[in-house]
Order: sequence, then C-alpha cells, then structure tokens
Amino acid sequence: MKQVTAVIKPFKLDDVKAALEVLGIQGLTVSEVQGFGRQKGHTEVYRGAEYTVDLVPKVKIDVLVDDPSADKVVDAIVEAAKTGKIGDGKVWVTSVDTLVRVRTGERGADAV
Amino acid sequence: MVDNGYYSWMIVATALVLMMTTPALALFYGGMTRSKTVLNMMMMSFSAVPVVGLVFVLWGWSEGWGADGVGNSNKDLIASPFKLFGLHDVSPANFIYVLFQLTFAVITVALISGSIADRVKFSSWIVFQVLWVTVVYLVIAHNVWAGGWFYNKFPNLDYAGGTVVHINAGVAGGVLALIMGPRRGFKKDPMKPHNLTLTMIGAGLLWFGWYGFNVGSIVFTSQGQSKQGWGSFAAQFQGETGVTFLNTTIATMAACLGWLVVERIIHGKATSLGAASGIVAGLVAITPSCGSVNTLGAICIGAIAGMVCAVAISLKYKIGLDDSLDVVGVHLTGGILGAILIGFFGTTSSPQGKDGLFPKGGGGLFYGGDSTLLYHQFMGVLFTIVWCGVFTAIIGLAIKYTIGWRISEDDEIEGIDLTEHGETAYDLDGRSSGSLGAPTSAYAKEGVPA
Repeated sequence: MKQVTAVIKPFKLDDVKAALEVLGIQGLTVSEVQGFGRQKGHTEVYRGAEYTVDLVPKVKIDVLVDDPSADKVVDAIVEAAKTGKIGDGKVWVTSVDTLVRVRTGERGADAV
Repeated sequence: MVDNGYYSWMIVATALVLMMTTPALALFYGGMTRSKTVLNMMMMSFSAVPVVGLVFVLWGWSEGWGADGVGNSNKDLIASPFKLFGLHDVSPANFIYVLFQLTFAVITVALISGSIADRVKFSSWIVFQVLWVTVVYLVIAHNVWAGGWFYNKFPNLDYAGGTVVHINAGVAGGVLALIMGPRRGFKKDPMKPHNLTLTMIGAGLLWFGWYGFNVGSIVFTSQGQSKQGWGSFAAQFQGETGVTFLNTTIATMAACLGWLVVERIIHGKATSLGAASGIVAGLVAITPSCGSVNTLGAICIGAIAGMVCAVAISLKYKIGLDDSLDVVGVHLTGGILGAILIGFFGTTSSPQGKDGLFPKGGGGLFYGGDSTLLYHQFMGVLFTIVWCGVFTAIIGLAIKYTIGWRISEDDEIEGIDLTEHGETAYDLDGRSSGSLGAPTSAYAKEGVPA
C-alpha cells in the first residue's frame, strides 16, 4: 500500500477532491497546515511596525491507496492542483507497512 | 439651571461616556493585544469602573469639585476631600453631574492601561488606580475645570478634557511604561494585534460615546445665569451643542482620512487599524477644542492630529519605550495638539467665545487674537505634564519597590490571561477544553472530608 501526501493551495481543495472522487477514491484526510517553500511569505504593517509572515497557509491531503493506483492518484492531484504560479505545493508517495480498518479488523489492501 | 430637556440629555450623556470604557475602550485595546493577553487588557479597563467609581463617590467629588453644584472656585490646589465624603450634603438633583464627572475619571484611568499591556500584576494595577486618581486626576480636574489655583492664574480652554483626560493619561502611561520596562521580547517577538474587528468595533463605539463626552460637557455661563428664565439657557444649549456635535464629527472624519493618507504614503497601504486609530486621534484632539473653534478650524485640527499621530506612533521603537498600545503616540500627542491649536484656531465667534471665556487678547493667532490665548493653552499643557509626570513617577516607583509591578517572566510568556485570571479568551475548536474537573475540587481535596 502507498500513502499519497499532497500539500496544496487551500482554494484548490475542492478541485482535487472532485478529481479523486472521479478515480473512485473511498476516503481521504485533510489538515490545515502552514509552511514555506519557494513562495516567500508577506509583510504586514500595524501602526508603523512591520511584521514578516513567512509561513503560508496550505492544505495537506493524505490518501491511502493500493500500489497500482498510486501513480494515477498523483497525476490526478497534480493536474487538479496546478495553477502554474509559485506556491502550488508538492505531492509525494510513501510506502505503508501495515494498514488496519478499525471497525472490521481487515488488514492490508482490503482495508484501503 | 435644571431644565427637563437638558437634564434628560445629561442622563443619556453620562451613560454614553460610561459606555466608552465598558466596553468601547476595552474592545479597542483588547483587539490590539495578543490572543493570550486580551482578557487582562479588557479587565484593566473594566476594573477602572468599580475602583475609580467608588473612589469618586467616596472622596473624589469632594476633593475635585467640593460643591453641591458644578464646581467650587476656591482657587486652591484641591477642594476638601472630607467635606462632602460619600456625597454627604450633595442634593440628589446634582447627582447626575457627579456621575457625569465620575465616568470621565474612569475612562482616564482606563486609558493609561494601554501603555502597560500584558505585563502588570492585577493587584498592583488596582492599588495604582486608587492612588493616581486621588493624587493626580482629581487635582488636575479641580485646577482646570472646577475653579482651582491654576485656572485662576491661567484661564485656559479645555472643553471636555484634552489636558485633564488625554494629556494626563498619555503622560501617566508613558511614565509607567518607562518605570516598569518593556514586555519580554519587545522589538524581537511578533506582537501584532490578534483581532482588529474588536478594535474597529471599539473605535466605532468610542466615537458614538464621545458625543456624550464632548457635547455633554456644556457648562452654562454666569452670563446666561444672570438672565431670566430658561429662554437664555435654551439659546446657549441649542447653539452650543450644535457646534460641539458638528466639530466633534468633522474633526474625527478629517483625522481618519489624514491618518490613512500618511499611512498610504509611508507604508503603501491604508489599514483598518489606521482608520480606527485616526478616529481616536481626531476625537482626542477635538476634545479640548470643540467649543472654541469653527467648522474650518475643527477640520484643520482633526487633519493635523490624524497625520501627526500617524507618524508619532513609530517613535517608541526609536527610543525603545514599550508604550504598548500607543497611549503616548495618540492621546498625549493628540491632546497636546488639540490644546495648543486652540491658540491658533480659537475664535471669539465660537460658543466659548460667546460665553466670554476667552482671555482679553481675543481669539487665536489665525483669528485676530494676540498670543495670550496660545500662552494660556501652553501653560495648561505644561501644568498637566509636570504635575502628572512628577506624581505618577512617585506612585509608580513606590509600587515598583514595594508590591512590584511585573508578573514573572514565565507567566508573561505563558500569557497573562491564564496566569493572572485563570482564563483563556478563545476556545474556538473545543480541543483545548480538557476534561471536566469536579467544580468543588478546589474545596474538597483528596483525603480531606468536605
């Protein structure tokens, strides 16, 4: 099994979710995260005092899939999340050793 | 002097000024602090109502005004603190004037708290309030408003409290910030405002309440009193409130725009905090001057105050003074501008001019007068700064070396809301709720029968 993790622009979440539903993905986990990459933060000025905000808000998506689906999921996310501007985010894939569905106790690919 | 219409207005005006402290100023200040210190900031304002309010009723009115009426012209530094203790011998028909002045004392003290945000023991703040009102506020109020020593020497114009309220609070705030030192991490850690919507609501409510503050500060003149019946009072009441209401409004508008223009030029953006701050700067500057200038004068005073204060608030970083929420930059600067600019824009065709309150030299320098008015205004500012500066320093140092001002470094980093009040302001996602402790756990310790 694989875990596909994507960090994307928050307003692209709906597009990515829709693209994954088309692929038949059964579930995913979304978190609000902050970070920085090549997209620098911004400055804010309050009563003349300048603050540098260098952590940018992003959305992180985690999807668990069986091995053959991983590439298709990655492609779907990249296509849906792309704006072509700096700060579009990253997608990466990691191997998952063990997976258990809590309700039934199913293990491995059956639990995806 | 008591007419039904005027009396009803004073009841409303008094309630409006109380609203300026609770909740308007608490919201204005609270939004500018960090999310871990907002409750303490609001409590510093809220606590001024009971503490200063009770002091004012017990000996405040007696010390500052000392009369069963609007003042006692004894030409001394103070009236007697004991003669009318607890409003003894003040007739109920005059209670509304006592209460109106009470709300001014309350907000002046609450204003100071903005200079010393996030770092003060709540108990020390309570002790300070009692001492400061007694030694500083009531003395200045008596000397500027109630016929005391200073006014007899230099009859300066302060319609609603540019010296008594704003310069006074600004000086006290600056002196206290100097004595107790900056917040941990000042100029290093980010301390940006946590909720500017609160600040915008607070600024709007302050503006609304300020009509009670300025327009309610009408005093009927001895000229008016010598005439017969309400008719002459009605003429003064209507003419004067119209002018003060208009001047308060347009000066504030000009200041709001003035601040935004300066910000746009210096920092590139017109900000919401700039709009809120400009509104307050304009209200502060027109407070002493709303009864002594005409429409054009009010617009000029407002615009100057908005623009100058927008620059003045940056100075604290240069001199390293952690005047946390800019009480010096806005209230001291705006208060001085409002008081001094009367010496330029004051006109004898204004309400206070018609009331015969201008010196013999006539109006301000731009309105055909000589420098007498400017000189008196300057002396009023100087008197307030010196008296307030000296006695605030004495009180501030006395507290520093006895009960102490500051909470511990750990508590300050943890956040003063939690460490001084045992509360946190926000629990928006419910995840920090923790488990429900038995409400009586503090009283029924383990192994000890309840």
